[in-house]
Amino acid sequence: MGDYPFRSENATAGDLGVTSRHAQGAGYGVPPSRYEEPPIGGGGALPKKSRFSMETGFRGVSTAAGTMVLVIIVAIAIFLISQAIPAIKADSENFLTYNRWSPNEAVPAFGIAVLALGTLLSSIIALLVAVPIALAIALFLTHYAPRRLATPLGFVIDLLAAVPSVVFGLWGRDLLQEPVRDFSVWLNHYFGWLPIFGGEGPFGQSIMLGGLVLSIMVLPIVTSLSREVFQQTPGMNEEAALALGATKWEMIRVAVLPYGKPGVIAAVMLGLGRALGETIALALTLGITWEISFNLIQTGGNSIAANIANSFNEANDTGRGALIASGLVLFAITLIVNMTARAIIYRRREFRDSAA
Amino acid sequence: MSVLDREMPGVAMTPDNIRRRNLPLGTNLLIVVAALVVSAVVVLGAGIGNWLLVVVLASVIYLVGLNVVASRVEGKRAARNRMWQTLIYAACVLAVLPLASVVWTLISKGASRLDGDFFGSSMANIGARDPNGGAYHAIIGTLEQVGIAALIAVPLGVLGAVYLVEYGRGRFANTVRFFVDVMTGIPSIVAGLFILSFWVLVVSKWFNDGNPEYSGFAASLALSVLMLPTIVRSTEEMLRLVPGPLREGSYALGVPQWKTILKVVLPTAAPGIVTGVMLAIARAAGETAPVLLVAGGLARINFDPFSGGQASLALYVYQQAGDASKYAPARAWTAALTLVALVLILTIAAKLLARRNKLTR
Repeated sequence: MGDYPFRSENATAGDLGVTSRHAQGAGYGVPPSRYEEPPIGGGGALPKKSRFSMETGFRGVSTAAGTMVLVIIVAIAIFLISQAIPAIKADSENFLTYNRWSPNEAVPAFGIAVLALGTLLSSIIALLVAVPIALAIALFLTHYAPRRLATPLGFVIDLLAAVPSVVFGLWGRDLLQEPVRDFSVWLNHYFGWLPIFGGEGPFGQSIMLGGLVLSIMVLPIVTSLSREVFQQTPGMNEEAALALGATKWEMIRVAVLPYGKPGVIAAVMLGLGRALGETIALALTLGITWEISFNLIQTGGNSIAANIANSFNEANDTGRGALIASGLVLFAITLIVNMTARAIIYRRREFRDSAA
Repeated sequence: MSVLDREMPGVAMTPDNIRRRNLPLGTNLLIVVAALVVSAVVVLGAGIGNWLLVVVLASVIYLVGLNVVASRVEGKRAARNRMWQTLIYAACVLAVLPLASVVWTLISKGASRLDGDFFGSSMANIGARDPNGGAYHAIIGTLEQVGIAALIAVPLGVLGAVYLVEYGRGRFANTVRFFVDVMTGIPSIVAGLFILSFWVLVVSKWFNDGNPEYSGFAASLALSVLMLPTIVRSTEEMLRLVPGPLREGSYALGVPQWKTILKVVLPTAAPGIVTGVMLAIARAAGETAPVLLVAGGLARINFDPFSGGQASLALYVYQQAGDASKYAPARAWTAALTLVALVLILTIAAKLLARRNKLTR
């Protein structure tokens, strides 16, 4: 019994001093001059924050890496402009409206009129063909296909995006050219009265061929982004439409498509950006001419990017500068298109985290 | 007779119309056959096209016929639903066709030169009449350039993503995020022109006695410009998936933030980050345009990426495609097959790795 000390004896054994110190007024036992240093024995466990540490170093390095992206974009603009200015100054014709490209002569004369038109036409064809199909696939993957089919098909579409553009170019030139030529001859025979299908031939390596190859390359981009957007349609909206007796298509029309509209517009613009900048596939499939023509099926057509790839090897200093100047135009256009698309996506916060 | 029945006949439910009537499959197939026959008669009879036009016209007739028949049996709205469903299914078939064609052509045309000579020799001293010649130099070029590009872009990209997720707050971080997204859309040829006007025409002159130096390293710089935004974006997405409590647990143990990021956040997200990096590498390996502009396109073997120029597999395909030799197409297709195999193996491996990733949305 006596082994255990009475509780009352020892009740304040350890902390009597602490209580008594706390009983004093704040700062009573601590002289004001020692405020800087932590008081001994209480509340000073955290080390003082040092000015240069791993923390600030790591933060600085990662901030620098993040800033790098901005630096690169600005640097692209600066260096392209600096190389383009001497060439544009040497140009004896108007750079924007002249329709020939001979920058390697003694009197350089070049302009991007034909190139810009060809770029625009091939991109429009690509989008006209690719967008409806891409939207249909996105709807199929999100609303029609059973899960067992949707996963592999989505995978296949992703693989389509991974195939290098030079392979599509080669395929378009060696394989697609025959059917497109036959189709062009047919179009020319029956619809030759339309200026875009007119001409005497030869047909084949035309804007149409380039546009069709481009459309295959644009397809996966538009599909993957619109699929993400359609997937995010609130289930409540869909169920409400179905509960009101809508058929599946009516449900898609009143619930899914309006909700996804901004995302789809952005997806189309991203596809446009890709189509405008595509180089090698067009360099292989277009038959290069320097005529301003809206004809889609005659051998011919040209684009800014394809021209850079085709004329780079023969270019001298001015020629290189001229190509860089046309690349600068391309950079500006794609930058605007991409920024618009991203701005649309960013306005809708729901879409922001979908990667594409 | 109720008011409703008088005003709008056929709306009120009776035992007769309460069950939806479906178009039988047999009728559907009948329309297909009828459409094919009609279009074949029209097209071949009038001689305005071949079997392709028959198919196209048949599908149009089928759609119209389906709409007409189905609206008599099922009603207008159901018929429209059926038509759109058919269109959507058809679009999917249409999209798989070119891919199947590309794969088939790659294998059938690419197999002809799939021999040891192709993988063991370069294009040095190969004239227009020589049937041999290979892509050894191009394969070396691709591997070295993509490797160096990854060495540059992966640390930058991962750190950039760390900044966006862990440190970046406010307006500046949003600007960076926005321009990362914008940068994914920069055409590859512009990246090539950038490195041309920055590295080849300006910086490389300092090391090379005032002459511009086309090199494999310049190509890897251009490729890293293209890889950077992709890596930042995929890494950022993965880092956001790391659960907050993991970080908080680490902070609660007194671990500083940088160590938490290095030892807790990054290892947790590692499989996803690796997936993103592999996809970026696969895409970079297939890029032709930047390599065409800055690598010089050498035909012989050069292991040194820093001087003397190099080729790459994608560039090799392009060069052979433009070559007039009758043996060039075979070389181009075999190189294309090799390139696609390389890219697809990387892509599929990345996707399989992504499946094992435990962080999911």
